[in-house]
This record gives sequence, structure tokens and C-alpha cells, in this order.
Amino acid sequence: MTPTPETTTGAPATATAAAAGAPATATTAALALGDDALVLSHRLAEWAGHAPVLEEEVALANIALDLLGQARVLLSMARDEDELAYLREERAFTNLQLVEQPNGDFAHTIARQLLFSTYQRFLYEALAGDPVFGPLAAKAVKEVAYHQDHAEQWTLRLGDGTDESHRRMQRGLDALWRYSGEMFRPVAGLEAVNWQELEARWLASVNAVIERATLTVPEGPRHGAWAAGAGRQGLHTEPFGRMLAEMQHLHRSHPGASW
Amino acid sequence: MSGDWPLWEVFVRSRRGLSHTHAGSLHAPDAELALRNARDLYTRRSEGVSIWVVPSSAITASSPDEKDPFFEPAADKPYRHPTFYEIPDGVKHL
Amino acid sequence: MATVTDADRAAVDAVHAEAFDAAVAADERIEPRDWMPEAYRATLVRQIAQHAHSEIIGMQPEANWITRAPSLRRKAILMAKVQDEAGHGLYLYSAAETLGTSREELLDKLHAGRQKYSSIFNYPTLTWADVGAIGWLVDGAAITNQVPLCRCSYGPYARAMVRICKEESFHQRQGYELLLTLSRGTEAQHAMAQDAVNRWWWPSLMMFGPPDDESSHSAQSMAWKIKRHSNDELRQRFVDICVPQAEALGLTLPDPDLRWNEERGQHDFGAIDWTEFWDVLKGNGPCNEQRITQRRRAHDEGAWVREAAAAHAAKHTTRTKTTTEATA
Repeated sequence: MTPTPETTTGAPATATAAAAGAPATATTAALALGDDALVLSHRLAEWAGHAPVLEEEVALANIALDLLGQARVLLSMARDEDELAYLREERAFTNLQLVEQPNGDFAHTIARQLLFSTYQRFLYEALAGDPVFGPLAAKAVKEVAYHQDHAEQWTLRLGDGTDESHRRMQRGLDALWRYSGEMFRPVAGLEAVNWQELEARWLASVNAVIERATLTVPEGPRHGAWAAGAGRQGLHTEPFGRMLAEMQHLHRSHPGASW
Repeated sequence: MSGDWPLWEVFVRSRRGLSHTHAGSLHAPDAELALRNARDLYTRRSEGVSIWVVPSSAITASSPDEKDPFFEPAADKPYRHPTFYEIPDGVKHL
Repeated sequence: MATVTDADRAAVDAVHAEAFDAAVAADERIEPRDWMPEAYRATLVRQIAQHAHSEIIGMQPEANWITRAPSLRRKAILMAKVQDEAGHGLYLYSAAETLGTSREELLDKLHAGRQKYSSIFNYPTLTWADVGAIGWLVDGAAITNQVPLCRCSYGPYARAMVRICKEESFHQRQGYELLLTLSRGTEAQHAMAQDAVNRWWWPSLMMFGPPDDESSHSAQSMAWKIKRHSNDELRQRFVDICVPQAEALGLTLPDPDLRWNEERGQHDFGAIDWTEFWDVLKGNGPCNEQRITQRRRAHDEGAWVREAAAAHAAKHTTRTKTTTEATA
């Protein structure tokens, strides 16, 4: 599909990784980061009309919109954003398994936000001086710092709120903990990142919030026991296929159409 | 335990050099979340550079019934306003 | 000891009423702590609540398509629009609270079916083109209704409407642009757009409410300057605006009786099926049950979250300062 005027004018960035003189691995990295943002944005958007309080409808939509904006810049660095979002098969997506996990209850969503936004913040900070991703990272890190703050504020309130909220928040963290290790497997094209240091910062930050929230740092493993790999290798969890089916259905039903 | 959150009044400074102006209200369990909700709600089109949130219950207002005694004394002091003074034509920078 | 008699009270009320009438007549705004007739207050609460409820129930038919939006650009637009609707609901609940009615109370009434929201949201969004039709027709009708409300006699409502109208200016345009793209697209897309307009046109005309001679609250609301134009007047204005817009879209409005009346300088249009209107209003629309059930479920399932935050605040009140300043 050739990009229509619609999609090119809509894309926030027109510079491609190739145009920036970056190696092919930059495209791989742009896809990995772009897919993370795209998929998490989609999950958060599923909250529309279902949030626990009106103020939170607005907050969750803000985060989802920030992420979608990031996704559009990143995917456009690789290729046409819509072609990538709507016409790839499940196995071609390289997002983390963490971001594709269904919303669950509000605590589950907040746990996912805490684990991911803390990672994303430190990652973008590490990419600040990167020739390819630096400009995006500089803008996105401000947005993500706010996402992290939102997640922390809610983790503290749910953890140290009522017995029920404490139990739900702990359950959310316990369930998602096993998806957190994957975030620190090096991504080709992001050579500026020291992954061990990133992981150490992440652990210290997340652990501190969990403890302040009177919760317990989960004891389970931080990796799934599957030698084939995980999201970055295009291996996803079952709910992801359904999510993509819903997301891509209309676009695929009208091949070549403009929207 | 009740889940009713108190009401907060939101004041937004739209840009440096201007005062905070009342933008509206919202509900939040505490000041920190009130501030964040205000940011999301009242500045999502970059309408502000600074926000105040105040519990609505902390505001003491003048009563509309007291309107006259409260504000009228100021109305009979026109000498506080520059237009009170007559200046000959042609005099500038005053 | 002097006692206040009913006669005294009546005399005081009469003085207040005179000041109120004079303020309304002079096009001044009534503010929250001013004296106002109880019926004026009740009318405003009813109208603002219905308006607020419409914003938050109105999120549902459009949110229905967020996860299936066919391009990332459209997805971002739709998310921002649905978010605006939540924000507009918030502004309006705030305005209602200045009249001494809490949001909690209004939501309870909505959930119990004791307060209404605009009937238009009891129609389903069956295809992507419905998102465009809602933007063009439903938001178009809403804007026609709302612009005069920016001059409504009640200050907080008028101010909320100014903000809402400013923010909504993109809502109608995005819908129109969406339909235009479909209309000029493939055959299937064009048909999808026409089908959506066929289904949304008549319900949009019903949004202006029953004909003037059957509208129970209209006359008093006009006298109080809560309302500035009659239902039929606004409906006519909307039809006249839409006809050339439909032509530019290359779509047909589904009314064989629609034609220009040279004498009146306005369009004549066919009879509205008011039986359908009253039926949907009474709860028999295609989505009444679904909309209110989802709304109630979101509220009920969110109860533990609201309770947790309140409990946390109660535990940590010492840490909470009454005024906090921060850079946004």
C-alpha cells in the first residue's frame, strides 16, 4: 500500500531512520519501541467509558494519547504507520508481552502502568543523546515522567487504601511480575543503553514504590520459562491475537482504501 | 467507607505575568490527585503554566446580600480611578 | 422577641424576586449565591444534569469504535474527542454543583433512571461511518443548541458552555471530514456513509425536542433566558445549515419532502415521527438498557477504587496541604 496524502500529513514525523543515515537496526528498534507504545495505548483506550471515576477517564485518555503520538513517530521512522499497525501479522509485532496484557481491574492496569512507565522513562532518559532517537526521547520523557507519576500515585493509594484495594493491587503486581524481565533484554539499535544499569535503576525505583505502598515485592521469577523467547521475538500471549483482530478488522476489510 | 471525594476549586495561570483565574472545579480524594486531575482536565490544550487547587469548603465568600454595604464604599471614591482627573489636551505620558 | 412571620418572608422574597427579574431583564448573569426562584434553580439543575449525563453517556457509542478505528490518525482524533466528552461532563457537573446538588446525587439519579440524557445516544453505532455521522449531525445539532446557551442567564452554566463550545469546534469538523473521505472513497465506503446519514438524520432532528406547541418547559425557560430560541426555530436553522453541507459531501438527506421554499426563505422538510421520539424517550430505544447498564457497571465496579483513595486520604491528611502550587 502506498501512503495516502491522509497518512503522510497525519504522521507527526516524516524523517525516517534510513534518511537519518541510521543502520537497519535502528528500524528494528523503532518498531520495538513503537509497538510497545501502540499496543499499550490501545489497551488504555479500552478503558474509555469504563473508568472508575470521570476524572480518571480523562487521565487514562491523556496517557493513551501520549503513547499513540509516540507510536506514530516511531513507526513512521520505519515505514508507513498504518501499514505497520494494520497489515502486519501477530508474529511480526515486537512489543513486550507486558503491554499486551488485558486491562483486568483498575489495580491490574495500574500495576502494568507502574512496571512499564518506569522502564520507559529510564529508557528514554538513556536515549537522550542518541542520534536517531534523541529528539523523540527528549519530548517523550516528559510525557512518560507524568505517566510514571500517575502510576505511582495510584499504587500508593490502592496499596495503602482499603483491605480490598491492597489485595487487588498486590494481585496485579504478582500477576504481571513475570513479564517484567523481558524489558531488559538488549534491543539491537539501542546501543546507547546500558541495560544492566537500566534494570538496576528500574528495580530500585519500583521496589521503593511498592514498599511505600505497604505492598510486597513479588517473589516469583521475572521471566517466563519459554526458551523460544518472548514479545521482542514476535512471540506473544493469547489475548494479543484477539486484540489485533479487533484493531485490524476494519482496515483489512477494505484493502487499499483511504480513511 | 464512603467513596465520595471532596470538591476542589481550580485556579489556572494561563501564562506568566497573569494572575491565577478560577477555571472550575473537580473531585479528588486529596490535594496531590486534585492537582493532577486539574492538569489533565483544565490544561489539556496547553491552557496553563501553573495551577492552584483549593478545597471548596475552605473558601469563605462574601454574601450576595451584603453586596451593597460590602462594595459600595468603594464606589464613591472615584478619585481612585485615573479618569477622575482632568488633564489639558496635548499633555502626554500621564 | 420578634418572630419572622410568613408575611415577612413573603415580603423579603418579593424584594428578591424583583431584583432577580431586573437582573434577567437587563441580561445580567445570575451567580451561585444570588437569590433565585426555586423553580429556576430546579429547571437549571434538571437541564444541566441532563446535559452532563448526555456527555458521559454519549462517550459510549463513539468509544465503541476507538479500538477499531481504521487509521492511527483517526484513532487519535476519536480518542481525543471521547476524552473531551468526559471533560465536558465534568464541567457541567461542576456547574450543577454550584446550585447545591452534588455530582454523586446526580449520578445516582441517572443510574436509577430518574434523570434523562439525550435520547440520541440510545441509537447504536453500527459502522465506522456512524462516527462521522455523529460528528457532523449529532454534534452539529448539539452545537446549534449550545451556542445560544453561552448567553444563558445562569453564570456558571454559561461559562461552562463557552469552554465546551470552544473545545467542540473540532468535533463537528472531524466528523464531516471523515464522511467526506468515505463519500469520495471506494463504492463500499460511499455506501457506508450514505447508510449512516440515512439512520442518523431523523434522530438528529429530534434532538431539538418536541414541537414548540408540545414543549412543556419552553416558555418559562425562554422567559428566564435559560433558553434563547424555540425548539422549532433551532431545528429549522439546523436543516438550512445541513442541506448545502450534504450536497458538498455528495450524500443525500433521507427526506423526499425536503426542498427550498422561496417564499419562506427556508427549507420545507417532512414530518418527524414523534411516536419514535416518545418511544425512545420512554426507554424503548435500541440501546437504552445497554447504555445505562454499562454506565452503572463502570460506577459500581469503580466503587472500591474511589473508596480506597478516600481511605488513603483519611490516613494521610496530615501530609496533605490545603493549597498546593505546581507547574503544569
